[in-house]
Amino acid sequence: MTTNTPAVDVQTTQPAAPRENYLNCSSGFKSWALTLDHKRIGLMYLVGTGLAFLAGGVFALLVRLHLWEPEGLLFENTAYNQIFTLHGAFMVFLFVIPAIPGSIGNVVMPIMVGAKDVALPKLNLLSFYLWLIGAILAAAAIVMGGFDTGWTFYAPYSLYTDQAVVTIGLAVFILGFSSIFTGLNFIVTVHKLRAPGMTWFRMPLFVWAIYATAVLQVLATPVLGITVLLVAFERLYNIGIFDPRLGGDPVLFEHFFWFYSHPAVYIMVLPAFGIISELVTVHSRKPLFGYKLIAFSSIAIAIISFLVWGHHMFTSGQSTYAMFAFSFLTFFVAIPTAIKEFSWVATVWKGSVALNSPMLYTLAFLVIFAIGGLTGVILGALNVDLHLHDTYFVVAHFHYVMMGSIALAFIAGLHHWWPKMFGVMYNEVQAKIACAIIFVGFNLTFLPQFIMGSRGMPRRYATYVPEYAPYHQASTIGAMILASGVALMVFYLIASLLIRKKAKENQWGGVTLDWQCPTPPPHLNFDDEPKVVHEVYDYSTLDYDSMQRDCS
Amino acid sequence: MSHDDHHAVTIPAPGPEFVAHEVAHHFSSPVQEFQAGKLGFWLFLATEILLFGGLFAAYFYFHEVYPETFRVGGQQLDWRLGALNTSVLLLSSWTMAMGVRSAQTSQKSKTMMYLTLTVLGAVGFMVIKFIEYKAKNEHGLVVFSELFSGYENGQISWFKDYDGVMKDVPHGHMFFAIYLTMTAIHGLHVIIGAIAIIYVMIGTSKGRYHAGYYLPVDLVGLYWHLVDLIWIFLFPLLYLVP
Repeated sequence: MTTNTPAVDVQTTQPAAPRENYLNCSSGFKSWALTLDHKRIGLMYLVGTGLAFLAGGVFALLVRLHLWEPEGLLFENTAYNQIFTLHGAFMVFLFVIPAIPGSIGNVVMPIMVGAKDVALPKLNLLSFYLWLIGAILAAAAIVMGGFDTGWTFYAPYSLYTDQAVVTIGLAVFILGFSSIFTGLNFIVTVHKLRAPGMTWFRMPLFVWAIYATAVLQVLATPVLGITVLLVAFERLYNIGIFDPRLGGDPVLFEHFFWFYSHPAVYIMVLPAFGIISELVTVHSRKPLFGYKLIAFSSIAIAIISFLVWGHHMFTSGQSTYAMFAFSFLTFFVAIPTAIKEFSWVATVWKGSVALNSPMLYTLAFLVIFAIGGLTGVILGALNVDLHLHDTYFVVAHFHYVMMGSIALAFIAGLHHWWPKMFGVMYNEVQAKIACAIIFVGFNLTFLPQFIMGSRGMPRRYATYVPEYAPYHQASTIGAMILASGVALMVFYLIASLLIRKKAKENQWGGVTLDWQCPTPPPHLNFDDEPKVVHEVYDYSTLDYDSMQRDCS
Repeated sequence: MSHDDHHAVTIPAPGPEFVAHEVAHHFSSPVQEFQAGKLGFWLFLATEILLFGGLFAAYFYFHEVYPETFRVGGQQLDWRLGALNTSVLLLSSWTMAMGVRSAQTSQKSKTMMYLTLTVLGAVGFMVIKFIEYKAKNEHGLVVFSELFSGYENGQISWFKDYDGVMKDVPHGHMFFAIYLTMTAIHGLHVIIGAIAIIYVMIGTSKGRYHAGYYLPVDLVGLYWHLVDLIWIFLFPLLYLVP
């Protein structure tokens, strides 16, 4: 691709002046608040979703502390219901759904396709502000008395409870539009703004994953929007369609909700898959095994995800034949997912593996996701699910996917692109220690939940019989270890911004366009318009010199 | 900032009453900008259809569960007013299409005329809608003043017809709840559409849209046709329900 000579010339002639990049090209509050630069918007998303993640984590710790004692340690039952609802709603709507597309996707994806920006920069900024309004409304709902429905807002309870359901419903509606506009923007960007030579099969797999996610965001989220709107209408003027007292059908709510929220699971997980695809190849310095299969499996997952929502409702009252079909179709999700997992493992195999901290997080992901994915197949089996439905087994399963896989992939990606985003490098030793702590803490938190769930411990209960106490206590200890690992991570990442140890121009030796542009990228991403002439992940084109040179 | 190296692409104005259009910096050509806008807007329209899709799904589900309620409920609506509104919207769709065509051919005054007629169509639609709502209000089928007063003794405050025309069918309010919700959300789209048309009228009067650049007019036109299209489904489902 492009050679590095211009950058070197600049360095040698005027070594003192730092080159202009997107961080220092303008300054002041307005230059950030009104920016149309996808990288700055991405950083604002990073701060916002990061804070939401920490808030959701604090709620999780409160839940775990409460469950230390069978009778509950901290709260009244209603307050406990509010705390676990806050944990779920914050993590799902404010962190897991927007985090990867909003932050890493925004910063990296346009660069990866060789564009100067996303196709619709103003809409991109609007997405962020919609996210912010949604977050403020969610916080306002806490002040207005909280909400205790669980993040799923199941009718009829969500219609009868005396809490701030309308406010949080409005927050979810607005967050939905934030998500829709991000997805729409990314679809248009991938279709219309690829650089010359960037064919569909030269796109890095992170772009494919973000693209498949975007399709889901656009197609599934409006249904959630109308569903929460109908719940709000129900509370405001008794429209009656979900309220059994008025001839409505609460199961219809569940159908509407899961028609969105099952694809939403893949809205959350596909970007994580994309990050892992990038990281295994770069840190193994080996082209991805099964590039096309991984790309198509993202699309396959996106399609199948629309056909399986009924598997959340095996105990809600559906026709037996519908349940057979939903259970059967659910197993199909396992095929493209396993294709990905095996392809990643095959990529690492006989690669030149560098055990950098992003790679350690990636390897942790591969282990945890195998468990999270396989327990999903167990839950998809109709007869088994009748026993496991709404137990801690389900809780453990989706935390293995949402926290152990998605959040870990997000953290892995953050470590991978951190030197690219900021031009600084964090402390690798601390990062490796934090990774180990998080891995141990995570498994200690959620493995006991599989066991107590399979023995019948129901989810969302504020109290429990004493027989479950050892599992709950192990889980609580694990949660505290996990939290200390996350705290260490936040510490060294922020410290890296203050210490400002320079990153390398190409820290890990990537060959996709995000590692070809200067570090940190200039305002318009590339000094010259990139022309793509090589196949993707062709490590013979790697410029080793750029891995030695400090970034400018 | 020293980014004057990027080549700004400018589309010249076709005449003195128009202004030139500068292509946004991150696009390399006017065609790319046009196509990106078009694709993005079609995707947005898809989300609108899916949003209404939820409402239509609810309609069909309850039509299946309470067919008698929907039959008798539909008879309470004035199909003549519905038909009149359908004609008004269809006509306004035609004037909108002519407005887009005039913008494409740089005919400024004609564009203004057609867009004004379209806004008048929107206003006409809302006036007729208001007359309809008023009648429902008087008949106690949808009492707007008590819309948010809640639910007591098994009766919804805004529905006063438990012993009237709907007394022989189950859950008579159900039809009107769906009628109100669907037509109100559609009406909101009519109002948003009218505001969007007025926005492009301002741009037209300033000469921003011409043969070289008419994307916003085109997009607002697409939006208006979608509003029309949704009504074309609402009309038979609500007013002519068998």
